[in-house]
Amino acid sequence: MDTYSFLREFADSWMLVALFAFFVGMILWVMRPGSRKTYRDVANIPFRHEDKPAVDDSGEPKEA
Amino acid sequence: MSNYIKLIVLGLVALMALIAAGNARDLAYQVNALTAALAAVAYFLYTLRRTGEPVVAADQTQYMDGVVRAGVIATALWGVVGFLVGVIIAFQLAFPQLNFDWAQGYANFGRLRPLHTSAVIFAFGGNALIGTSFYVVQRTSAARLWGGNLAWFVFWGYQLFIVLAATGYLLGATQSKEYAEPEWYVDLWLTVIWLSYLAVFIGTLVKRKEKHIYVANWFYLSFIITVAMLHVVNNLSIPVSVFGSKSVQVFSGVQDAMTQWWYGHNAVGFFLTAGFLGMMYYFVPKQAERPVYSYKLSIIHFWALIFIYIWAGPHHLHYTALPDWASTLGMVFSIVLWMPSWGGMINGLMTLSGAWDKLRTDPIIRMMVISVGFYGMSTFEGPMMSIRAVNSLSHYTDWTIGHVHSGALGWNGMITFGALYFLVPKLWNRERLYSLSLVSWHFWLATIGIILYAASMWVTGIMEGLMWREVDANGFLVNSFADTVAAKFPMYVVRGTGGLLFLSGAIIMCYNLYMTVKRSPAVEATNVTVPAE
Repeated sequence: MDTYSFLREFADSWMLVALFAFFVGMILWVMRPGSRKTYRDVANIPFRHEDKPAVDDSGEPKEA
Repeated sequence: MSNYIKLIVLGLVALMALIAAGNARDLAYQVNALTAALAAVAYFLYTLRRTGEPVVAADQTQYMDGVVRAGVIATALWGVVGFLVGVIIAFQLAFPQLNFDWAQGYANFGRLRPLHTSAVIFAFGGNALIGTSFYVVQRTSAARLWGGNLAWFVFWGYQLFIVLAATGYLLGATQSKEYAEPEWYVDLWLTVIWLSYLAVFIGTLVKRKEKHIYVANWFYLSFIITVAMLHVVNNLSIPVSVFGSKSVQVFSGVQDAMTQWWYGHNAVGFFLTAGFLGMMYYFVPKQAERPVYSYKLSIIHFWALIFIYIWAGPHHLHYTALPDWASTLGMVFSIVLWMPSWGGMINGLMTLSGAWDKLRTDPIIRMMVISVGFYGMSTFEGPMMSIRAVNSLSHYTDWTIGHVHSGALGWNGMITFGALYFLVPKLWNRERLYSLSLVSWHFWLATIGIILYAASMWVTGIMEGLMWREVDANGFLVNSFADTVAAKFPMYVVRGTGGLLFLSGAIIMCYNLYMTVKRSPAVEATNVTVPAE
Protein backbone atom coordinates (compact mmCIF):
# COMPACT_ATOMS: atom_id res chain seq x y z
CA MET A 1 0.00 0.00 0.00
CA ASP A 2 1.41 3.44 -0.84
CA THR A 3 2.00 5.96 1.90
CA TYR A 4 -0.93 8.18 0.97
CA SER A 5 -3.50 5.38 1.04
CA PHE A 6 -2.10 4.00 4.26
CA LEU A 7 -2.14 7.35 6.02
CA ARG A 8 -5.57 8.16 4.65
CA GLU A 9 -7.01 4.86 5.89
CA PHE A 10 -5.33 5.27 9.26
CA ALA A 11 -6.60 8.83 9.63
CA ASP A 12 -10.14 7.77 8.73
CA SER A 13 -10.26 4.99 11.28
CA TRP A 14 -7.94 4.58 14.26
CA MET A 15 -6.76 8.17 14.49
CA LEU A 16 -10.31 9.46 14.26
CA VAL A 17 -11.42 7.10 17.03
CA ALA A 18 -8.42 7.99 19.18
CA LEU A 19 -8.93 11.76 18.87
CA PHE A 20 -12.65 11.44 19.48
CA ALA A 21 -12.08 9.23 22.53
CA PHE A 22 -9.55 11.74 23.88
CA PHE A 23 -12.06 14.53 23.43
CA VAL A 24 -14.93 12.66 25.13
CA GLY A 25 -12.54 11.56 27.86
CA MET A 26 -11.53 15.17 28.43
CA ILE A 27 -15.16 16.24 28.90
CA LEU A 28 -15.82 13.35 31.31
CA TRP A 29 -12.64 14.25 33.22
CA VAL A 30 -13.71 17.86 33.55
CA MET A 31 -17.11 16.73 34.89
CA ARG A 32 -15.62 14.24 37.37
CA PRO A 33 -16.99 14.27 40.92
CA GLY A 34 -15.16 16.72 43.13
CA SER A 35 -13.92 18.82 40.25
CA ARG A 36 -16.11 21.76 41.23
CA LYS A 37 -14.06 22.40 44.36
CA THR A 38 -10.74 22.01 42.55
CA TYR A 39 -11.73 24.35 39.75
CA ARG A 40 -13.12 26.95 42.13
CA ASP A 41 -9.68 26.96 43.72
CA VAL A 42 -7.61 27.10 40.53
CA ALA A 43 -9.84 29.79 39.00
CA ASN A 44 -8.44 32.07 41.72
CA ILE A 45 -4.80 31.59 40.67
CA PRO A 46 -4.61 35.06 39.04
CA PHE A 47 -5.39 36.69 42.38
CA ARG A 48 -2.62 35.05 44.42
CA HIS A 49 0.86 36.14 43.42
CA GLU A 50 0.39 39.59 41.98
CA ASP A 51 3.65 41.18 43.15
CA LYS A 52 6.18 38.49 43.98
CA PRO A 53 6.93 34.86 43.13
CA ALA A 54 6.12 32.31 45.80
CA VAL A 55 9.13 32.05 48.09
CA ASP A 56 8.33 28.56 49.40
CA ASP A 57 10.70 26.13 47.68
CA SER A 58 9.08 22.90 48.82
CA GLY A 59 7.19 22.57 45.53
CA GLU A 60 3.85 22.72 47.31
CA PRO A 61 1.38 25.30 46.02
CA LYS A 62 1.36 28.23 48.36
CA GLU A 63 -1.92 29.80 49.38
CA ALA A 64 -1.57 33.48 50.08
CA MET B 1 34.70 34.28 30.22
CA SER B 2 31.33 33.75 28.58
CA ASN B 3 31.42 37.39 27.57
CA TYR B 4 34.63 36.81 25.56
CA ILE B 5 33.02 33.93 23.67
CA LYS B 6 29.99 36.14 23.08
CA LEU B 7 32.22 38.93 21.75
CA ILE B 8 34.00 36.55 19.36
CA VAL B 9 30.73 35.13 18.07
CA LEU B 10 29.17 38.58 17.64
CA GLY B 11 32.27 39.83 15.84
CA LEU B 12 32.12 36.87 13.46
CA VAL B 13 28.40 37.40 12.88
CA ALA B 14 28.98 41.06 12.05
CA LEU B 15 31.84 40.12 9.70
CA MET B 16 29.78 37.47 7.93
CA ALA B 17 26.84 39.85 7.58
CA LEU B 18 29.16 42.44 6.02
CA ILE B 19 30.57 39.86 3.61
CA ALA B 20 27.00 38.89 2.71
CA ALA B 21 26.14 42.55 2.16
CA GLY B 22 29.13 42.92 -0.13
CA ASN B 23 28.16 39.92 -2.22
CA ALA B 24 24.44 40.68 -2.21
CA ARG B 25 22.52 39.87 -5.40
CA ASP B 26 19.68 42.28 -4.65
CA LEU B 27 19.04 45.48 -2.73
CA ALA B 28 16.66 43.98 -0.15
CA TYR B 29 19.20 41.35 0.81
CA GLN B 30 21.93 43.95 1.03
CA VAL B 31 19.93 46.24 3.31
CA ASN B 32 18.88 43.29 5.49
CA ALA B 33 22.47 42.09 5.80
CA LEU B 34 23.62 45.59 6.78
CA THR B 35 20.81 45.76 9.36
CA ALA B 36 21.91 42.43 10.80
CA ALA B 37 25.54 43.62 10.90
CA LEU B 38 24.44 46.80 12.67
CA ALA B 39 22.48 44.79 15.25
CA ALA B 40 25.46 42.51 15.86
CA VAL B 41 27.81 45.49 16.29
CA ALA B 42 25.38 47.19 18.69
CA TYR B 43 25.12 44.04 20.76
CA PHE B 44 28.94 43.67 20.57
CA LEU B 45 29.48 47.16 21.98
CA TYR B 46 26.86 46.59 24.67
CA THR B 47 28.58 43.36 25.74
CA LEU B 48 32.03 44.96 25.54
CA ARG B 49 31.07 47.78 27.90
CA ARG B 50 29.86 45.27 30.47
CA THR B 51 32.81 42.90 30.21
CA GLY B 52 34.91 42.90 33.35
CA GLU B 53 32.18 44.67 35.32
CA PRO B 54 30.83 42.81 38.36
CA VAL B 55 27.78 40.75 37.42
CA VAL B 56 24.69 41.43 39.51
CA ALA B 57 22.73 38.24 40.00
CA ALA B 58 19.04 38.57 39.20
CA ASP B 59 16.82 38.73 42.26
CA GLN B 60 14.90 35.46 42.19
CA THR B 61 12.33 36.80 44.64
CA GLN B 62 11.10 39.34 42.10
CA TYR B 63 9.28 38.96 38.80
CA MET B 64 11.20 39.85 35.65
CA ASP B 65 9.16 42.84 34.50
CA GLY B 66 11.69 44.83 32.50
CA VAL B 67 11.06 42.77 29.40
CA VAL B 68 7.29 43.12 29.87
CA ARG B 69 7.69 46.91 30.07
CA ALA B 70 9.66 46.81 26.83
CA GLY B 71 6.93 44.65 25.29
CA VAL B 72 4.27 47.19 26.32
CA ILE B 73 6.19 50.08 24.75
CA ALA B 74 6.85 48.10 21.56
CA THR B 75 3.19 47.09 21.32
CA ALA B 76 1.95 50.65 21.60
CA LEU B 77 4.49 52.09 19.14
CA TRP B 78 4.24 49.33 16.51
CA GLY B 79 0.46 49.57 16.85
CA VAL B 80 0.51 53.23 15.81
CA VAL B 81 2.88 52.45 12.91
CA GLY B 82 0.71 49.56 11.70
CA PHE B 83 -2.53 51.57 11.94
CA LEU B 84 -0.91 54.53 10.18
CA VAL B 85 0.21 52.40 7.23
CA GLY B 86 -3.30 50.93 7.18
CA VAL B 87 -4.85 54.40 6.90
CA ILE B 88 -2.40 55.32 4.15
CA ILE B 89 -3.18 52.28 2.01
CA ALA B 90 -6.92 52.69 2.64
CA PHE B 91 -6.70 56.18 1.12
CA GLN B 92 -4.43 54.89 -1.65
CA LEU B 93 -7.29 52.62 -2.66
CA ALA B 94 -9.79 55.48 -2.55
CA PHE B 95 -7.46 57.99 -4.25
CA PRO B 96 -4.97 56.16 -6.52
CA GLN B 97 -3.06 59.45 -6.99
CA LEU B 98 -1.57 58.74 -3.55
CA ASN B 99 0.58 56.05 -5.19
CA PHE B 100 3.08 58.81 -5.94
CA ASP B 101 5.26 58.51 -9.01
CA TRP B 102 8.41 59.33 -7.09
CA ALA B 103 7.73 56.48 -4.65
CA GLN B 104 6.90 53.85 -7.25
CA GLY B 105 8.45 50.53 -6.35
CA TYR B 106 8.76 51.41 -2.68
CA ALA B 107 5.64 53.02 -1.28
CA ASN B 108 2.91 51.98 -3.67
CA PHE B 109 -0.05 49.92 -2.45
CA GLY B 110 1.50 46.58 -3.37
CA ARG B 111 4.60 47.20 -1.26
CA LEU B 112 2.81 48.84 1.68
CA ARG B 113 0.02 46.31 2.04
CA PRO B 114 2.17 43.45 3.46
CA LEU B 115 3.92 46.06 5.60
CA HIS B 116 0.53 46.95 7.10
CA THR B 117 -0.64 43.36 7.70
CA SER B 118 2.67 42.25 9.19
CA ALA B 119 2.99 45.39 11.30
CA VAL B 120 -0.40 44.95 12.91
CA ILE B 121 -0.39 41.15 13.21
CA PHE B 122 3.22 40.39 14.03
CA ALA B 123 4.61 43.68 15.37
CA PHE B 124 1.55 44.96 17.31
CA GLY B 125 -0.12 41.61 18.03
CA GLY B 126 3.10 39.64 18.41
CA ASN B 127 4.65 42.07 20.88
CA ALA B 128 1.37 42.16 22.80
CA LEU B 129 1.36 38.37 22.97
CA ILE B 130 5.01 38.02 23.95
CA GLY B 131 4.81 40.82 26.54
CA THR B 132 1.55 39.71 28.15
CA SER B 133 2.50 36.03 28.09
CA PHE B 134 5.68 36.85 30.02
CA TYR B 135 3.59 38.82 32.50
CA VAL B 136 0.83 36.23 32.86
CA VAL B 137 3.00 33.12 33.03
CA GLN B 138 5.01 34.61 35.91
CA ARG B 139 1.94 35.67 37.92
CA THR B 140 0.00 32.46 37.41
CA SER B 141 3.04 30.22 38.00
CA ALA B 142 4.28 32.31 40.94
CA ALA B 143 7.77 31.99 39.46
CA ARG B 144 10.30 34.31 37.83
CA LEU B 145 10.89 33.84 34.10
CA TRP B 146 13.18 30.96 33.29
CA GLY B 147 16.38 31.47 31.34
CA GLY B 148 17.58 34.81 32.66
CA ASN B 149 18.33 37.15 29.77
CA LEU B 150 16.94 34.71 27.19
CA ALA B 151 13.65 36.63 27.49
CA TRP B 152 15.51 39.80 26.44
CA PHE B 153 17.01 37.92 23.52
CA VAL B 154 13.48 36.93 22.47
CA PHE B 155 12.32 40.53 22.71
CA TRP B 156 15.19 42.16 20.78
CA GLY B 157 15.45 39.29 18.33
CA TYR B 158 11.78 39.67 17.55
CA GLN B 159 12.18 43.42 16.95
CA LEU B 160 15.05 42.63 14.57
CA PHE B 161 12.80 40.15 12.77
CA ILE B 162 10.16 42.87 12.36
CA VAL B 163 12.66 45.40 11.00
CA LEU B 164 14.18 42.86 8.57
CA ALA B 165 10.74 41.82 7.32
CA ALA B 166 9.45 45.39 7.00
CA THR B 167 12.46 46.79 5.13
CA GLY B 168 12.49 43.66 2.96
CA TYR B 169 8.87 44.24 1.89
CA LEU B 170 9.51 47.84 0.87
CA LEU B 171 12.52 46.77 -1.21
CA GLY B 172 10.68 43.87 -2.81
CA ALA B 173 11.75 40.77 -0.88
CA THR B 174 8.66 38.60 -0.53
CA GLN B 175 7.78 34.97 -1.07
CA SER B 176 4.21 36.05 -1.88
CA LYS B 177 2.52 33.94 0.78
CA GLU B 178 -0.09 35.89 2.67
CA TYR B 179 1.00 36.62 6.28
CA ALA B 180 4.17 34.60 5.55
CA GLU B 181 5.84 37.07 3.20
CA PRO B 182 9.32 37.20 4.79
CA GLU B 183 12.03 35.47 2.79
CA TRP B 184 14.04 32.42 3.83
CA TYR B 185 16.75 33.98 6.02
CA VAL B 186 14.20 36.05 7.96
CA ASP B 187 12.16 32.85 8.43
CA LEU B 188 15.23 31.07 9.81
CA TRP B 189 15.88 33.92 12.22
CA LEU B 190 12.26 33.87 13.43
CA THR B 191 12.55 30.11 14.01
CA VAL B 192 15.50 30.69 16.35
CA ILE B 193 13.61 33.41 18.21
CA TRP B 194 10.45 31.37 18.44
CA LEU B 195 12.18 28.30 19.85
CA SER B 196 13.87 30.51 22.46
CA TYR B 197 10.44 31.95 23.29
CA LEU B 198 9.07 28.42 23.68
CA ALA B 199 12.02 27.53 25.95
CA VAL B 200 11.44 30.57 28.20
CA PHE B 201 7.73 29.84 28.43
CA ILE B 202 8.01 26.10 29.11
CA GLY B 203 10.97 26.65 31.46
CA THR B 204 8.84 29.02 33.54
CA LEU B 205 5.94 26.57 33.56
CA VAL B 206 8.28 23.78 34.69
CA LYS B 207 9.50 25.75 37.70
CA ARG B 208 6.02 26.97 38.64
CA LYS B 209 4.97 27.00 42.28
CA GLU B 210 1.27 26.58 41.58
CA LYS B 211 0.38 22.93 41.10
CA HIS B 212 -2.14 23.63 38.35
CA ILE B 213 -1.28 25.31 35.05
CA TYR B 214 -3.79 28.16 34.75
CA VAL B 215 -5.94 28.07 31.60
CA ALA B 216 -4.44 31.26 30.14
CA ASN B 217 -1.09 29.49 29.96
CA TRP B 218 -2.64 26.57 28.08
CA PHE B 219 -3.83 28.98 25.42
CA TYR B 220 -0.48 30.79 25.25
CA LEU B 221 1.42 27.49 25.05
CA SER B 222 -0.77 26.11 22.26
CA PHE B 223 -0.24 29.38 20.38
CA ILE B 224 3.55 29.18 20.68
CA ILE B 225 3.80 25.50 19.72
CA THR B 226 1.34 25.67 16.84
CA VAL B 227 2.87 28.81 15.36
CA ALA B 228 6.29 27.10 15.42
CA MET B 229 4.86 24.14 13.51
CA LEU B 230 2.92 26.26 11.01
CA HIS B 231 5.85 28.58 10.39
CA VAL B 232 8.34 25.80 9.67
CA VAL B 233 6.08 23.77 7.36
CA ASN B 234 4.73 26.71 5.37
CA ASN B 235 8.18 28.23 4.84
CA LEU B 236 9.93 25.16 3.43
CA SER B 237 11.82 26.73 0.59
CA ILE B 238 15.17 26.57 -1.15
CA PRO B 239 17.11 29.81 -1.63
CA VAL B 240 18.30 30.51 -5.15
CA SER B 241 21.56 31.83 -3.71
CA VAL B 242 22.86 32.25 -0.15
CA PHE B 243 23.58 35.86 -1.14
CA GLY B 244 20.11 36.64 -2.45
CA SER B 245 16.64 37.02 -0.99
CA LYS B 246 14.81 34.96 -3.62
CA SER B 247 13.75 31.43 -2.72
CA VAL B 248 11.65 28.71 -4.33
CA GLN B 249 8.89 26.87 -2.48
CA VAL B 250 9.26 23.13 -1.97
CA PHE B 251 5.54 22.51 -2.51
CA SER B 252 3.90 23.51 -5.73
CA GLY B 253 0.40 23.93 -7.14
CA VAL B 254 -2.59 23.00 -5.03
CA GLN B 255 -0.42 21.39 -2.34
CA ASP B 256 1.31 24.72 -1.88
CA ALA B 257 -2.03 26.53 -1.77
CA MET B 258 -3.41 24.10 0.81
CA THR B 259 -0.27 24.40 2.97
CA GLN B 260 -0.46 28.18 2.73
CA TRP B 261 -4.08 28.31 3.90
CA TRP B 262 -3.55 25.66 6.53
CA TYR B 263 -0.91 28.12 7.77
CA GLY B 264 -2.97 31.22 7.03
CA HIS B 265 -6.11 30.16 8.80
CA ASN B 266 -4.26 28.81 11.79
CA ALA B 267 -2.33 32.03 12.01
CA VAL B 268 -5.78 33.48 12.66
CA GLY B 269 -6.78 30.55 14.85
CA PHE B 270 -3.71 30.26 17.01
CA PHE B 271 -1.92 33.61 16.76
CA LEU B 272 -4.93 35.93 16.76
CA THR B 273 -7.37 33.69 18.66
CA ALA B 274 -5.72 31.21 21.03
CA GLY B 275 -2.99 33.63 22.10
CA PHE B 276 -5.43 36.49 22.64
CA LEU B 277 -7.80 34.15 24.50
CA GLY B 278 -4.90 33.62 26.89
CA MET B 279 -4.99 37.39 27.41
CA MET B 280 -8.77 37.30 27.88
CA TYR B 281 -8.62 34.55 30.51
CA TYR B 282 -6.18 36.57 32.61
CA PHE B 283 -6.99 40.24 32.11
CA VAL B 284 -10.81 40.09 32.09
CA PRO B 285 -10.95 38.33 35.49
CA LYS B 286 -8.27 40.68 36.84
CA GLN B 287 -10.00 43.85 35.69
CA ALA B 288 -13.43 42.56 36.81
CA GLU B 289 -11.87 41.41 40.09
CA ARG B 290 -13.64 38.08 39.97
CA PRO B 291 -12.61 34.62 38.75
CA VAL B 292 -13.61 33.39 35.33
CA TYR B 293 -17.31 32.45 35.05
CA SER B 294 -16.78 28.72 34.53
CA TYR B 295 -13.39 27.10 34.75
CA LYS B 296 -14.84 23.81 33.44
CA LEU B 297 -16.09 25.60 30.36
CA SER B 298 -12.66 27.17 29.86
CA ILE B 299 -11.03 23.71 29.68
CA ILE B 300 -13.63 22.43 27.22
CA HIS B 301 -13.24 25.70 25.28
CA PHE B 302 -9.50 25.10 25.00
CA TRP B 303 -9.59 21.53 23.76
CA ALA B 304 -12.54 22.06 21.43
CA LEU B 305 -10.92 25.15 19.92
CA ILE B 306 -7.54 23.57 19.21
CA PHE B 307 -9.05 20.28 17.99
CA ILE B 308 -11.26 22.05 15.46
CA TYR B 309 -9.39 25.14 14.29
CA ILE B 310 -6.56 23.19 12.72
CA TRP B 311 -8.97 21.72 10.10
CA ALA B 312 -10.68 24.91 8.97
CA GLY B 313 -8.07 26.14 6.46
CA PRO B 314 -9.51 24.63 3.24
CA HIS B 315 -12.49 27.02 3.35
CA HIS B 316 -10.11 29.60 1.83
CA LEU B 317 -9.96 27.46 -1.33
CA HIS B 318 -13.59 26.89 -2.35
CA TYR B 319 -14.05 26.55 -6.13
CA THR B 320 -10.35 25.98 -6.76
CA ALA B 321 -8.25 22.97 -7.80
CA LEU B 322 -8.59 21.66 -4.24
CA PRO B 323 -10.69 18.45 -4.17
CA ASP B 324 -14.29 19.02 -3.09
CA TRP B 325 -14.00 16.67 -0.12
CA ALA B 326 -11.20 18.78 1.31
CA SER B 327 -13.02 22.08 0.98
CA THR B 328 -16.19 20.49 2.40
CA LEU B 329 -14.15 19.23 5.35
CA GLY B 330 -12.84 22.74 5.95
CA MET B 331 -16.34 24.19 5.70
CA VAL B 332 -17.86 21.67 8.14
CA PHE B 333 -15.13 22.21 10.70
CA SER B 334 -15.51 25.97 10.35
CA ILE B 335 -19.18 25.67 11.18
CA VAL B 336 -18.49 23.37 14.12
CA LEU B 337 -16.17 26.13 15.40
CA TRP B 338 -19.25 28.19 16.25
CA MET B 339 -19.66 26.14 19.42
CA PRO B 340 -16.26 26.55 21.13
CA SER B 341 -15.98 30.16 19.97
CA TRP B 342 -19.30 31.12 21.47
CA GLY B 343 -18.61 29.02 24.55
CA GLY B 344 -15.48 31.09 25.08
CA MET B 345 -17.30 34.34 24.41
CA ILE B 346 -20.02 33.46 26.93
CA ASN B 347 -17.36 32.51 29.45
CA GLY B 348 -15.63 35.86 29.00
CA LEU B 349 -18.81 37.93 29.17
CA MET B 350 -20.38 36.04 32.07
CA THR B 351 -17.23 36.64 34.13
CA LEU B 352 -18.82 40.06 34.61
CA SER B 353 -22.05 38.64 36.00
CA GLY B 354 -22.69 40.38 39.28
CA ALA B 355 -20.32 43.16 38.29
CA TRP B 356 -22.11 44.62 35.29
CA ASP B 357 -22.21 47.99 37.03
CA LYS B 358 -18.47 48.26 36.36
CA LEU B 359 -19.35 48.83 32.70
CA ARG B 360 -20.71 52.22 33.68
CA THR B 361 -17.70 53.34 35.67
CA ASP B 362 -14.71 51.52 34.21
CA PRO B 363 -13.87 52.28 30.56
CA ILE B 364 -11.17 49.56 30.58
CA ILE B 365 -13.65 46.81 31.33
CA ARG B 366 -15.88 48.36 28.66
CA MET B 367 -13.05 47.91 26.19
CA MET B 368 -12.59 44.28 27.18
CA VAL B 369 -16.30 43.57 26.95
CA ILE B 370 -16.67 45.09 23.49
CA SER B 371 -13.61 43.12 22.46
CA VAL B 372 -15.22 39.84 23.53
CA GLY B 373 -18.39 41.02 21.78
CA PHE B 374 -16.48 41.52 18.55
CA TYR B 375 -14.90 38.09 19.06
CA GLY B 376 -18.40 36.61 19.15
CA MET B 377 -19.49 38.61 16.13
CA SER B 378 -16.55 37.75 13.91
CA THR B 379 -16.61 34.08 14.93
CA PHE B 380 -20.24 34.05 13.82
CA GLU B 381 -19.50 35.83 10.56
CA GLY B 382 -16.49 33.67 9.71
CA PRO B 383 -18.21 30.26 9.73
CA MET B 384 -21.09 31.78 7.79
CA MET B 385 -18.71 33.04 5.10
CA SER B 386 -17.02 29.64 4.96
CA ILE B 387 -20.24 28.03 3.69
CA ARG B 388 -19.63 27.36 0.01
CA ALA B 389 -22.74 29.15 -1.25
CA VAL B 390 -22.06 32.26 0.84
CA ASN B 391 -18.40 32.12 -0.12
CA SER B 392 -19.29 32.22 -3.81
CA LEU B 393 -20.68 35.69 -3.13
CA SER B 394 -18.18 36.91 -0.56
CA HIS B 395 -14.85 35.56 -1.76
CA TYR B 396 -12.43 38.03 -3.39
CA THR B 397 -14.69 40.91 -2.30
CA ASP B 398 -14.21 43.56 0.40
CA TRP B 399 -16.54 41.62 2.67
CA THR B 400 -13.54 39.46 3.60
CA ILE B 401 -11.52 42.57 4.44
CA GLY B 402 -14.37 43.84 6.62
CA HIS B 403 -14.58 40.48 8.40
CA VAL B 404 -10.85 40.40 9.10
CA HIS B 405 -10.91 43.94 10.47
CA SER B 406 -13.90 43.44 12.76
CA GLY B 407 -11.86 40.59 14.24
CA ALA B 408 -8.49 42.33 14.22
CA LEU B 409 -9.55 45.85 15.26
CA GLY B 410 -12.47 44.77 17.43
CA TRP B 411 -11.27 41.63 19.13
CA ASN B 412 -7.45 41.76 19.01
CA GLY B 413 -7.09 45.53 19.13
CA MET B 414 -9.55 46.20 21.94
CA ILE B 415 -8.38 43.36 24.21
CA THR B 416 -4.79 44.53 23.71
CA PHE B 417 -5.71 48.14 24.56
CA GLY B 418 -7.50 46.85 27.67
CA ALA B 419 -4.45 44.84 28.67
CA LEU B 420 -2.12 47.83 28.08
CA TYR B 421 -4.29 50.08 30.25
CA PHE B 422 -4.24 47.39 32.91
CA LEU B 423 -0.49 46.77 32.69
CA VAL B 424 1.06 50.24 32.56
CA PRO B 425 0.07 51.39 36.09
CA LYS B 426 1.10 48.00 37.49
CA LEU B 427 4.44 47.79 35.66
CA TRP B 428 5.52 51.36 36.39
CA ASN B 429 4.21 51.22 39.94
CA ARG B 430 1.58 53.92 39.47
CA GLU B 431 -1.59 54.29 41.50
CA ARG B 432 -3.83 54.73 38.48
CA LEU B 433 -3.97 55.83 34.88
CA TYR B 434 -3.34 59.48 34.04
CA SER B 435 -6.83 60.03 32.67
CA LEU B 436 -9.90 57.81 32.50
CA SER B 437 -11.75 60.25 30.29
CA LEU B 438 -9.01 59.86 27.67
CA VAL B 439 -9.64 56.10 27.86
CA SER B 440 -13.30 56.83 27.14
CA TRP B 441 -12.25 58.98 24.18
CA HIS B 442 -10.12 56.13 22.90
CA PHE B 443 -12.96 53.70 23.41
CA TRP B 444 -15.49 55.72 21.43
CA LEU B 445 -13.11 56.73 18.64
CA ALA B 446 -12.05 53.10 18.17
CA THR B 447 -15.59 51.74 18.35
CA ILE B 448 -17.03 54.24 15.88
CA GLY B 449 -14.01 53.67 13.64
CA ILE B 450 -14.59 49.91 13.57
CA ILE B 451 -18.29 50.34 12.89
CA LEU B 452 -17.59 52.67 9.95
CA TYR B 453 -14.99 50.23 8.68
CA ALA B 454 -17.06 47.04 8.98
CA ALA B 455 -20.32 48.57 7.73
CA SER B 456 -18.72 50.14 4.64
CA MET B 457 -16.98 46.88 3.80
CA TRP B 458 -20.21 44.91 4.10
CA VAL B 459 -21.92 47.26 1.71
CA THR B 460 -19.12 47.41 -0.82
CA GLY B 461 -18.33 43.69 -0.53
CA ILE B 462 -21.85 42.47 -1.13
CA MET B 463 -22.34 45.10 -3.82
CA GLU B 464 -19.29 44.06 -5.81
CA GLY B 465 -20.11 40.37 -5.29
CA LEU B 466 -23.54 40.97 -6.79
CA MET B 467 -22.16 43.16 -9.60
CA TRP B 468 -19.61 40.52 -10.61
CA ARG B 469 -22.25 37.83 -11.04
CA GLU B 470 -24.94 39.97 -12.67
CA VAL B 471 -25.85 38.75 -16.17
CA ASP B 472 -28.33 40.09 -18.69
CA ALA B 473 -31.11 38.19 -20.48
CA ASN B 474 -28.62 36.78 -22.98
CA GLY B 475 -26.23 35.55 -20.31
CA PHE B 476 -23.62 38.28 -20.78
CA LEU B 477 -21.96 39.91 -17.78
CA VAL B 478 -23.48 43.34 -17.14
CA ASN B 479 -20.59 45.02 -15.34
CA SER B 480 -16.93 45.38 -16.16
CA PHE B 481 -14.44 45.17 -13.33
CA ALA B 482 -13.81 48.92 -13.55
CA ASP B 483 -17.54 49.53 -12.96
CA THR B 484 -17.29 47.87 -9.55
CA VAL B 485 -14.17 49.87 -8.70
CA ALA B 486 -15.96 53.13 -9.54
CA ALA B 487 -19.02 52.12 -7.52
CA LYS B 488 -16.93 51.42 -4.43
CA PHE B 489 -15.45 54.91 -4.12
CA PRO B 490 -17.73 56.35 -1.39
CA MET B 491 -17.36 53.24 0.75
CA TYR B 492 -13.59 53.42 0.44
CA VAL B 493 -13.63 56.97 1.76
CA VAL B 494 -15.81 55.88 4.70
CA ARG B 495 -13.44 53.00 5.39
CA GLY B 496 -10.41 55.28 5.41
CA THR B 497 -12.22 57.65 7.78
CA GLY B 498 -12.99 54.77 10.13
CA GLY B 499 -9.33 53.82 10.11
CA LEU B 500 -8.37 57.41 10.84
CA LEU B 501 -10.64 57.41 13.91
CA PHE B 502 -9.11 54.15 15.10
CA LEU B 503 -5.60 55.56 14.63
CA SER B 504 -6.45 58.75 16.56
CA GLY B 505 -7.72 56.59 19.43
CA ALA B 506 -4.43 54.70 19.51
CA ILE B 507 -2.43 57.95 19.54
CA ILE B 508 -4.54 59.20 22.46
CA MET B 509 -3.75 55.92 24.22
CA CYS B 510 0.00 56.41 23.73
CA TYR B 511 -0.26 59.93 25.17
CA ASN B 512 -2.29 58.67 28.12
CA LEU B 513 0.11 55.82 28.87
CA TYR B 514 3.12 58.14 28.57
CA MET B 515 1.54 60.63 30.96
CA THR B 516 0.67 57.79 33.34
CA VAL B 517 4.34 56.93 33.63
CA LYS B 518 5.39 60.59 33.83
CA ARG B 519 2.73 62.19 35.97
CA SER B 520 0.59 59.69 37.86
CA PRO B 521 1.41 59.40 41.58
CA ALA B 522 3.53 56.38 42.47
CA VAL B 523 2.10 53.66 44.65
CA GLU B 524 3.27 54.31 48.20
CA ALA B 525 5.69 51.72 49.47
CA THR B 526 3.91 49.31 51.77
CA ASN B 527 6.68 47.87 53.85
CA VAL B 528 4.53 47.63 56.96
CA THR B 529 3.85 44.06 58.03
CA VAL B 530 0.52 42.80 56.81
CA PRO B 531 -1.48 40.81 59.37
CA ALA B 532 -2.03 37.16 58.41
CA GLU B 533 -5.37 36.63 56.74
